[in-house]
Amino acid sequence: MVSSNQLMANVADITNEQMGTLEVENLVVDFALDSALFKRQYMRAVNSVSLTIKAGEALAIVGESGSGKSTCARALTRLYKPTDGVLRLNGQDINCPENQISQAHLAKQIQMIFQDPFGSLNPVHTIRHHLYRPIRIHLPRLEGNEIEDYMLATLERVGLSPAKQTADKFPHELSGGQRQRVAIARALTTGAKFILADEPISMLDVSIRLGILNLMTDMKDEGIGFLYITHDIATARYFAERTGVMYVGHMVEWGESDSVTQTPHHPYTQLLISAVPEVGRKRENSISKDHSKSQIPLWKPESKGCPFAGRCPKVSNVCHERMPDVTQVAEDHFVRCFALYK
Amino acid sequence: MFSHPFIKFLGRFYRGNTAAILGSVIIATVIFMSACASVIADNEPNKRVARGHQPPSAELLLGSTRSGKDVFSQVLHGGQISLLVAFSASAITTLIAVAVGISAGYFGGRIDEFLMSLTNVVLVFPQLPLLIILAAFLGQVGPLVIALIIGLSSWAWGARVIRSQTMAIRNKEFILAAEVMGESKWRIIFVEILPNLISIVVGGAMGTCIYALMAEAGLEFLGLGDPTIVTWGTMLFWAQSNSAFVVGAWWDMVVPGAAIAIFGGGLALLNMSIDQISNPKLKTGGYIKTWRRMKVEVEAKRAAL
Ligand SMILES: Nc1ncnc2c1ncn2[C@@H]1O[C@H](COP(=O)(O)OP(=O)(O)OP(=O)(O)O)[C@@H](O)[C@H]1O
Ligand SMILES: [Mg+2]
Repeated sequence: MVSSNQLMANVADITNEQMGTLEVENLVVDFALDSALFKRQYMRAVNSVSLTIKAGEALAIVGESGSGKSTCARALTRLYKPTDGVLRLNGQDINCPENQISQAHLAKQIQMIFQDPFGSLNPVHTIRHHLYRPIRIHLPRLEGNEIEDYMLATLERVGLSPAKQTADKFPHELSGGQRQRVAIARALTTGAKFILADEPISMLDVSIRLGILNLMTDMKDEGIGFLYITHDIATARYFAERTGVMYVGHMVEWGESDSVTQTPHHPYTQLLISAVPEVGRKRENSISKDHSKSQIPLWKPESKGCPFAGRCPKVSNVCHERMPDVTQVAEDHFVRCFALYK
Repeated sequence: MFSHPFIKFLGRFYRGNTAAILGSVIIATVIFMSACASVIADNEPNKRVARGHQPPSAELLLGSTRSGKDVFSQVLHGGQISLLVAFSASAITTLIAVAVGISAGYFGGRIDEFLMSLTNVVLVFPQLPLLIILAAFLGQVGPLVIALIIGLSSWAWGARVIRSQTMAIRNKEFILAAEVMGESKWRIIFVEILPNLISIVVGGAMGTCIYALMAEAGLEFLGLGDPTIVTWGTMLFWAQSNSAFVVGAWWDMVVPGAAIAIFGGGLALLNMSIDQISNPKLKTGGYIKTWRRMKVEVEAKRAAL
C-alpha cells in the first residue's frame, strides 16, 4: 500500500485541474501475432490514443468491432500492459513505479463493467460472494453486520430489491438485466470514482437497456466518471457528454456528443451515423454490410497513413502517407482528416 | 451457509440417477466392510485356521487358501491396503495434476512452456512398462512405494485436461473482474477457478483411482510387490503361484478378482454420472425426459380434441 506521507507528497505537485480525472495520453498497445514462426510480428490494437474522463461525466467511445475500444479500457485497469503512452489517475502516472500505485489502490478507484452479463459473474458463487469480496479487500474496517448492511444497501441502490433474497441467489437464478445490475453494484462497493463500462447494455434485451442506462446516469450525477464503450451512437449521445470515435486503433473524431453526432466531420463518423437504423428497420450491430469488411486493415507498428483510407469516399494520395493532424472544427470538437483542409 | 446449496446439489445429482446411486452404494459398502474387517471377520488374515484349499462353507464363508488361511478375512483385510494405495495414489496424482494444470493454464507464458514440456515428458513415457521396470529395479516393494510410483507417474494427462479448462475459464469476464478488483492470484486460482473445475477434478480422481487399483494389483500379481503383505494383488499372486484354478480351488482366485472388479465397477458407475455433469455433450437424460413429457402433453391434447 501507499503510505499516506508519500501520497501527500505526490498530491502536492498535482494541479487542481487534474484532480478527479482519468487521463490517457498517446496510448499505444501492441499484441504479438502468434502466426509468425521466426520473426515476431505485432499488431497495433491501439495507436496513439489520448482521452480524458472527468468525475461526474461520461465519455463514450464508439467504433466497429476490433477498433481497440476494449483494449483502451483494459489498459486503464492494468489488464493489458501499454506498449507506450501514459495513463494518469488524478494526475499520477499509474504505471510509474515511483508512484507505487498498487493494484488494490487502483481497483478502489477504477472499476469495470463487462459486456456479457452471463460471463461476468462466477457461476459457482452467490451474489453475496461477489459483493463481499470487494468489501473485504477495499473496506477492511467494516465488520460483521456493517458489511451485510453496506452490501444490502448497495443492492438496493442498483434497484435489486428485496436485497436479502437477491444476495443469496446464484447468478443463473437472475435475469440478464439483474446480473448487469449486480455487476454495477460490485463496481460501486469499492467506492470507485471511475467506471469503465464495456458495452454494458449491448447484450441485454432492448426493453431493459434504458433502465440500466438510467441507473448509470444516476451514478454519474453522484459524481462517478464513466467511460462508456458502445457500438450504438444513439445511446452514446443519450448518456455521454463527450464522444470519441475510434477506427482501427485510432481516435479519428472526438468532442461534445451533440456536436459529434449532429455535425460529424470525419467520413467514418458520417458512415457510422448513416448506418444507424431508422425505426422499423431491422437493427444491425455494425455497419459491415454496406462496405466490404475485408478492407478493414490489420494495423501494424510499421503501417502508415490514415487507417480509413482504404474505405474512404474522400480519399486522396496524402491519406496513404501519414496520419492527418488534429483540426478543431468547433469549441469542443476535433477531427483528424485531410479532407477538412480542402 | 456452505452446506445448504451443497446438499441441494447432491439431491439434484442423485435424483433418478440409478448409476450414481448404485455406484455410491457399492463404493460405500466395500469401504465400510474393509474398514471394519477385524470386526466382521472372525479370523486373523495371516493365521492358519483350516486345512489347505477348503471350499466355501458355513465356517469359512469363502473357503481357505492353500496354506489354510481364511479367504474371507484376507479379502477384507487386503481391501484396506488395496484401497489405501488406490486412494493415496489418486490423491497424489490429483494434487500434482491440479497444481501443474492450473498454474500452467492461469499464468501462461514461460511457466506454461516449462510445465507443459515437463508434462509431455511424463506423458510420453509408457506407463505400465515404466512401473514394471521401476518396481523390478527397486526389488519387491511395499504398498507405500507402489502408491508413490503410480501417483508420481500418472498425473500428466489430467494436468493437460485441467490446463485447457483453466485456459478457457481464465479469459471469462468474471476472472477479469476479479483481477480488476485486486484479488490476489492465489485467491483467483483457489476460489474463483478451482470450484469451476471441481467436476473434472473429481472425475479425474476417480478414473485414477480405478487405474491405481488395477496397476497395484497388476504389479503385485506379477510378483513385484511384497508378498508377505495381504492385499488383493498379493492374494492373486499366491493363488496363481499355487495353481489354484488347476487344483479346482477357484475361490482362491475369483474372490480377490471379484473384489477388484466390483469396487472398480462402482467407481466407474459413479464416474460416468460425474462425466455427464462435466461434459454437456453427454447430458442426454434430461432431454429425453423433457421429450417424453412433451409427448405425453401432446397426446393428452390430441385425446381431448
Ligand atoms: N489479448 C489479446 N491478444 C491479441 N490480440 C488482441 C487481444 N485483445 C484484443 N486483441 C486484438 O486487438 C484488436 C482490438 O480489439 P478490441 O477488443 O479492443 O476491440 P473492440 O473495439 O473492443 O471490439 P468489439 O466491439 O468487438 O468489442 C482486435 O483486432 C483484437 O483481435
Ligand atoms: Mg470490445
